[in-house]
Amino acid sequence: MKFGVKILPRNEVLDSQGRAVEKTLKQHGFEIDHCRVGRYVQIEVPDSEMKSATDKVKKITEFVLFNPLIESVEIEQLEK
Amino acid sequence: MRVSQIGILRFPGTNCDRDVFGAIESLGLKPEWLWYEDRFEPSKYSAFVLPGGFSYGDYLRCGALAARSPVMDSLREAANKGYPILGICNGFQILCESGLLPGALVRNASQRFVDKWVSVRIDGSTTWLSKSDFKDTLKLPVAHGEGRYYVEADVEKELRANDQVWCTYLDNPNGSIGDIAGVMNKTKNVAALMPHPERAFHSWLGGEDGVKLIKPMVGL
Repeated sequence: MKFGVKILPRNEVLDSQGRAVEKTLKQHGFEIDHCRVGRYVQIEVPDSEMKSATDKVKKITEFVLFNPLIESVEIEQLEK
Repeated sequence: MRVSQIGILRFPGTNCDRDVFGAIESLGLKPEWLWYEDRFEPSKYSAFVLPGGFSYGDYLRCGALAARSPVMDSLREAANKGYPILGICNGFQILCESGLLPGALVRNASQRFVDKWVSVRIDGSTTWLSKSDFKDTLKLPVAHGEGRYYVEADVEKELRANDQVWCTYLDNPNGSIGDIAGVMNKTKNVAALMPHPERAFHSWLGGEDGVKLIKPMVGL
């Protein structure tokens, strides 16, 4: 099974990358309200059971993929 | 506290290791390498340093992967036993990622890598800073892209109430919350800072204030 892990800087944390991209987009005339930049991690696990697969990906995510102090996270299933 | 044998942690991408080694040696102490894949026996050492650099190429988050390497299991054991531990720059990031120090170091507010000499106020006592009244303003170099210290406002208050903020920028180069350049843990044996004291050990390097900082830390 394949999963995607979306990681974004938390709103309280100044996202300097997002701010720089936002500024450039606005300079080029794009009408946008806000832009944030994060990272995306794809993980493929051999598990066939949904529960064990999602538990594993959650565990991996909490172990290293994101830092709860500065980032928020969302896990999505991509393929069975 | 007098320390002699000092373990220096090396990760793939650490690049200030030899500078730290030389600085420690110049004080008449015995530095020894500790490789990231190996565990070690804390009692063989009297203190530990995590030098700066770009461990694991700063992949994922600065210090995140180094913080989860085998050598850190032993370092965590050493920290719990009260051994003095100092993190410099990337070493600071690794200590935060490992949970041994509070907070996180994120991209500089300017989005730029800063490489310059800064003035910092040293204030407070750690096991390292043997003289509890050690207070000084020092000129030390910084070189980092991700040195902006971040903690939630209530945690910052707590750090200040516990005297855990021991190094403060006089002219904040990165947007750190409360001008914080260095913090220590509650038990005050684990301390870290973003500036590089090992790069200020000789007048021909631009300054010798690093000696002023490290000497009292090792009881000299």
